[in-house]
Amino acid sequence: MNYVPKIDRRSFVIGTAAAGAGLTLGMSLPFGAAHAQGTQATPELNAWVMVRPDDTVVIRFARSEMGQGSLTGLCQLIAEELQCDWSKVTWEYVNPSDSIARKRVWGAFNSTGSRAIRESNDYVRRGGAAARQMLIQAAANEWKVPASECTAANSIITHTPSGRKTSYGKVVLEAAKITPPDPKSITLKDPKDWKIAGKPLKRLDTMDKLTGKQKYSADTQLPGMLNAAIKACPVRGGKIVSFDAAKVKGMTGVKNVVQVADTAVAVVADTWWHAKTALDALPVVWDEGPGAKVSSETIAAMLKEGLDAETPLVGNKTGDINAALAGAAKKIEAVYAYPYQNHACMEPLNATARYTAEKCEVWTSTQNAEAVLAAAVEASGLSFDKCDVTVVSAGGGFGRRARTDYVTQAVQIAKQMPGVPIKLLWSREEDMTQGTYHPITQCKLTAALDANNNLTGLRIRISGQSILAGIAPSRLQNGRDPATFQGLNAGGTEGRIGYDIPNILIDHAMRNPHIMPGFWRGVNNNQNAIYLECFLDEVAHAAGQDPLEFRRKMMKKHPKHLAVLNAAAEKAGWGTPLPKGVFRGIAQQMGYGSYVAAVAEVSVSSDGLLTIHRIVGATDPGHVANPALVDRQVAGSFVYGLSAILYGGCTVKDGRIEQTNFHDYNSMRMAAMPKVESVIVPSGGFWGGVGEPTIFVAAPAVLNAIFAATGKRIRSFPLKDQGIRTA
Amino acid sequence: MISLTINGQPHSIDVEPDTPLLWAIRENVGLTGTKYGCGVAQCGSCTVHIDGAAIRSCAMPVSAAAGKNITTIEGLAENGVLHRVQKAWLDHEVPQCGYCQSGMIMAVAALLKEKPKPTDADINDTITNICRCGTFHQVRAAIHAAATA
Repeated sequence: MNYVPKIDRRSFVIGTAAAGAGLTLGMSLPFGAAHAQGTQATPELNAWVMVRPDDTVVIRFARSEMGQGSLTGLCQLIAEELQCDWSKVTWEYVNPSDSIARKRVWGAFNSTGSRAIRESNDYVRRGGAAARQMLIQAAANEWKVPASECTAANSIITHTPSGRKTSYGKVVLEAAKITPPDPKSITLKDPKDWKIAGKPLKRLDTMDKLTGKQKYSADTQLPGMLNAAIKACPVRGGKIVSFDAAKVKGMTGVKNVVQVADTAVAVVADTWWHAKTALDALPVVWDEGPGAKVSSETIAAMLKEGLDAETPLVGNKTGDINAALAGAAKKIEAVYAYPYQNHACMEPLNATARYTAEKCEVWTSTQNAEAVLAAAVEASGLSFDKCDVTVVSAGGGFGRRARTDYVTQAVQIAKQMPGVPIKLLWSREEDMTQGTYHPITQCKLTAALDANNNLTGLRIRISGQSILAGIAPSRLQNGRDPATFQGLNAGGTEGRIGYDIPNILIDHAMRNPHIMPGFWRGVNNNQNAIYLECFLDEVAHAAGQDPLEFRRKMMKKHPKHLAVLNAAAEKAGWGTPLPKGVFRGIAQQMGYGSYVAAVAEVSVSSDGLLTIHRIVGATDPGHVANPALVDRQVAGSFVYGLSAILYGGCTVKDGRIEQTNFHDYNSMRMAAMPKVESVIVPSGGFWGGVGEPTIFVAAPAVLNAIFAATGKRIRSFPLKDQGIRTA
Repeated sequence: MISLTINGQPHSIDVEPDTPLLWAIRENVGLTGTKYGCGVAQCGSCTVHIDGAAIRSCAMPVSAAAGKNITTIEGLAENGVLHRVQKAWLDHEVPQCGYCQSGMIMAVAALLKEKPKPTDADINDTITNICRCGTFHQVRAAIHAAATA
């Protein structure tokens, strides 16, 4: 790395895809410290806020919009402090190269881990407030009155004693010349006084999605652009031996056939369809490597061995679990398993790149524009100031677009055809084959009940894959992957277990198959919530107790977990009669700083037809930027999480993922969609995430309801392989 | 050369007859509102109308559409006025990422032409498009709203 900006506040590491290399960057004060930039037509008050003379407000958005709505939510938070007219708000993406040139004035770019709003709300709100103060000061200066006598609302500044008024647009040029206030001096508004933030305002980005006008990165068009289709070795770790370019070079539209690193080959053509047609006809010889011997069966055996092996990787240890188990009046044990999952974003992965010896430009959709920039630097061999990334809206992300493998490939192809813009688009089949899959695990759980049916001990052994070991081994902590224990931690503000159990041991036998793992919406909370919440349902049943009451007894020291569980139970009418054949299941979990719970109502016919009638999903994310967006994330997360356990699951044969498209990796459709009732119970005082948390509880709530309906515990997935189908 | 009529406009394009209609629309005509999602008629992102009927254009050769009236998402609004399905989509804020919504909207517009007041069962049987963001609640509500608009 040949460009390392000065570290101003806190160090930051951006992982790059190709080598796991890190780029250490500083972050300057997120606004104010850097000189304001902008133009006469669009003066900048600080990095987040520009106001035009016609009163239009342009808000900068540094995170990624992939449908989750963070764009609108963050704009609401800034507009709230700015006190501007919401109808005048527009927005624009920030270019990560500009951010680095300005000492990372926009802070982090990543929209992963449900962090876009929760980790930036403080500094973006200060950006809005600072801009408001500068605008008021400019008006006060013009009127030669103290700023303290002026107020602002709806983009209008009023001098209270005289009643004089002016608008933001009229004073912005003078305001831009004022020294910004010290961000620490700013007092942010109390959320209870919010008028724009916290309200179910309409999204800022809907209209173009209705008319075909919205441009996703797959729609990128540049003069002289060519299109590339790519095929990488289907077995991870394998390499190209040879390919017979002569066989396809004469095909219609084909311009070039290029090797991409030592793992892939791409055909470049006038159209993507021509490129793909030629690629399908291209003879390729692979050295598939040792991974080719691996199958789902060998992986299952490897993980099974780990269920009882010695391991030093402990996630949560309280009391003496061995004594508790030895002294138990009753022991319950079960083994669960959760398969690989593909992200399957609707927009297949793609990136456009243009390379010359002087410059490397990339246009793409991503969950982390800075990581794209780092990938462009590394793949092009050019310095940061010679690389440029333009962010384009994403057709889904779900964690997959946090990776930059597709960007690296686009640059590697473009580098072989200098000056020509190359749009690389993965086919759906490539997208299914070259995933960074939700990791595979098995889990053995053992519970100790005393003579009064109290849970005195809980032993959880997770055996399976670590995401960090696959994508960033340098971030392991003494060989331990802390993310493995998401939702099961003893403490912390991110994801702690919600039960008070005197003796606990939760540990991890790390077993890493060669399949590439990755962060997948909800990440390890998905299976950890199934393991814990379905098993506790089993224990409650063995203890002869109501699953809700059984949980409540153990949650007295976890009031936020309990409050959300109660909110879900109350809304669902837990304990009240249901129509004949309909049964309930319940689950709760904490993750990404938020507390979530769900109650599902299902029926299962004698021949396995599952109907999910309703799911009540409750969430306490602390504060809410926009409840309408939260409702949509709750329902959407249920579709994503339930699709995975109903029809998903990626299997391995001859070292490669077997599923190739939606015919064998299906996704929920209208007919199977349950009614979802979202209950938002923000308790204030903290900022939790929204995009992911509720996904954890949909699956265990449904599974517990299926048990209630059928008396049958299902402990491995997808359900389509267990005799359960949907409409 | 193949002659296509798209959104009322004639296009004469130099393309192999077996090219999927989707790619002819996106690459040869240059209308990118119609999306590629799967290429095997599974997801519905590529849905367009041919003589008023919803067709998954990724699995139809361009030659089969020659001489027929093709409507894409860009041609659904008339004279700048949103189609009632688009209007209902706006009112209900249906899209999340929006990538599947061109196809979803086209499928629904065709359904309403055939069944002006579809039941939930009609919707379940006909609207089988995949949406990974999970917008189905808003989709259903917007369909019923459009049906009564």
